[in-house]
Amino acid sequence: MTTPLIKNGALVDDNWVLVNTTTGVDDIAILQDQDVIVPLSIWLTEQQLIRSRPAKTAVWLNSHETPEAIAESLGTLPLVALNFPEFKDGRPFSSARELRQRFAYQGEIRAIGDVLRDQLFFMQRCGFDAFALRDDQDVDNALRAFNDFRHVYQPAIDQPLPLFRRR
Amino acid sequence: MQFRDQTRRFLAGQLSDAEFLPLRLQNGLYIQRLAPMLRVAIPYGMLSSTQMRKLAFIADHFDKGYGHLTTRQNIQFNWPALADVPDILAHLAEVEMHAIQTSGNCIRNTTTDQFAGVAVDEVDDARAYCEIIRQWSTFHPEFAFLPRKFKIAVCGTRQDQAATQVHDIGLYLLKNENNEIGFRVLVGGGLGRTPVIGSEIKAFLPQEHLLSYLDAILRVYNREGRRDNKYKARIKILVRETGTQAFKDKVEKEWALLKDGPLTLTNAELKRCRGFFHDPDYKALPADSSTLETALNTDVLFASWYEQNTHAHKKPGYAIVTICVKKTGFAPGDLDSDQMRFIADLAERYSFGEMRITHTQNLVLADVEKNELYSLWQALKTHDLEADNLGLLSDMICCPGGDFCSLANAKSIPVAEAIQRRFSAQQLRDIGQLSLNISGCMNACGHHHVGNIGILGVDKKGEEYFQISLGGSSDHNTALGKIVGPSFSQDEVPEVIEKIVNVYQQHKTTGENFINTYNRLGLEPFKEALYGNKRDDHSTD
Repeated sequence: MTTPLIKNGALVDDNWVLVNTTTGVDDIAILQDQDVIVPLSIWLTEQQLIRSRPAKTAVWLNSHETPEAIAESLGTLPLVALNFPEFKDGRPFSSARELRQRFAYQGEIRAIGDVLRDQLFFMQRCGFDAFALRDDQDVDNALRAFNDFRHVYQPAIDQPLPLFRRR
Repeated sequence: MQFRDQTRRFLAGQLSDAEFLPLRLQNGLYIQRLAPMLRVAIPYGMLSSTQMRKLAFIADHFDKGYGHLTTRQNIQFNWPALADVPDILAHLAEVEMHAIQTSGNCIRNTTTDQFAGVAVDEVDDARAYCEIIRQWSTFHPEFAFLPRKFKIAVCGTRQDQAATQVHDIGLYLLKNENNEIGFRVLVGGGLGRTPVIGSEIKAFLPQEHLLSYLDAILRVYNREGRRDNKYKARIKILVRETGTQAFKDKVEKEWALLKDGPLTLTNAELKRCRGFFHDPDYKALPADSSTLETALNTDVLFASWYEQNTHAHKKPGYAIVTICVKKTGFAPGDLDSDQMRFIADLAERYSFGEMRITHTQNLVLADVEKNELYSLWQALKTHDLEADNLGLLSDMICCPGGDFCSLANAKSIPVAEAIQRRFSAQQLRDIGQLSLNISGCMNACGHHHVGNIGILGVDKKGEEYFQISLGGSSDHNTALGKIVGPSFSQDEVPEVIEKIVNVYQQHKTTGENFINTYNRLGLEPFKEALYGNKRDDHSTD
């Protein structure tokens, strides 16, 4: 099963495999040639294994987990995924902004989980730059979401200045 | 446009109920007991005659010919069809209106004192700051899916009429010793199931830091507010569970990152936003009007209305008029489309084409010449708008209740009417200033906790009962009412209110209003009058 992934305003192939919290260390060993995104619990406890892997390893945070937990690794992480357990859980919006703002993280921030068309515009503004849509989403319609609004009032990651400083 | 596509996808089955829900809520659309309810945003309660006429048009074409004024200074329509809503929103857009963020778990319409900008004695006009907050909060990308709804009030007047202390964030404008403008910041106030008065977390926040500080509070709340239980998700619970000092520390830590950043307000922006609220072209008038004096001396009904429904204006020769939308026999806060159009005309003729909705569900014409008051009052009489009970017991805050709302335990409107019918106009004047607030359920949309008398609809084995509380207040001395004892049936309520009023009238000293008498006496004499010697062990029922 492939989850549609949007990056830079287009549908792209996804080379990463998402590892969920029930996956054991043995399973990760089997995936040794595969780039994987592991849950925070594995990231924190299995650093030795992770460092020995030939393929790349990234981490995903659930909505109650904060970027502070991976602050020390951010310099080398190519990707951080933020999970929306349900779309109306707004915590990952703050996590994304913290990653960009507080930690000046430059890598990919990927939205995973309950990622729906009508939240994409806000996600993009908060610093997400990759979107693993929920399977049932209409990709063409989703691609239009990034242009839902032409003007924005607030400063955010996509536009560092508020409207009142751009008049 | 966006909502038209969302509604299309919902009706086509591409969006589930659960997925459409926050989208429609962010556009002010609830699904209620009988029909959808659409709540239209009226920033800080101000609207023009043109906008009011559009609301009347919507009431006629998409509703049953009326609208309901809300405690967030908005207007809601109780009967639109879902498929019509995109059209209604298009009509609203023609007059620069919308329904965005009037519901849902986001930052709602920012409210203020309805006398902002015209009050005699105000620190500063709060509306400019409401507008700044409105822009910052509109489609804020980080705070569109908060744990729960979020309400902000800004108050710059001495006599707080905005219930500022029972908001998620309450901001009092003030000046420091150097005459610089800033805010006293309260956080974690609210009504609902757990009423709380807000706690101060900043004694003086310089005005330029307003938005960065709000951003910091909201981020702490978005990250840490409870999401496991809807009834514990408001910021008041987070503040209580964290402790005010610890919460403040978290905000300060977050603020350190944002302070002096791009959100810092510039002088140009402050000036621009103040410019939206410049004074209209007032005439130079003498302070007193002989036309007014003559009318007051010859028409006692007018004199009574003048005394109750007008307030002093900052400009000589002008008065602030409140049209009380609480005439007995009419649902509190309801306006029919003829009244809407008529008020729009009056606003144009008497008050620079502008009106304001109050959180007590009335309407204000803020800039009326004293010379014209008698003529205005006569005009109001032709449309059942001359009620002279402003601030009196019959000027109630009342939620739509079980007649409309799917959350309500009880019907609040018939209770309101039964109470109004119990008292004559003369009795009401003798009783004087007394706020009576009615909520049909513990969600407290009728603000019952902060009414001098509060009435709450409760469900007792399928029967509608009403719990009475006393001593609430929502001004600068905000207090939460205390429950007086076991609840009463609907039929008993008017008599109960009468007994409470009798206790007040027996004990009051000359000129003492209800709340001061209550504060002096305490709950006991009222309890005694209502329950006699039956000492109950289950008084919180």
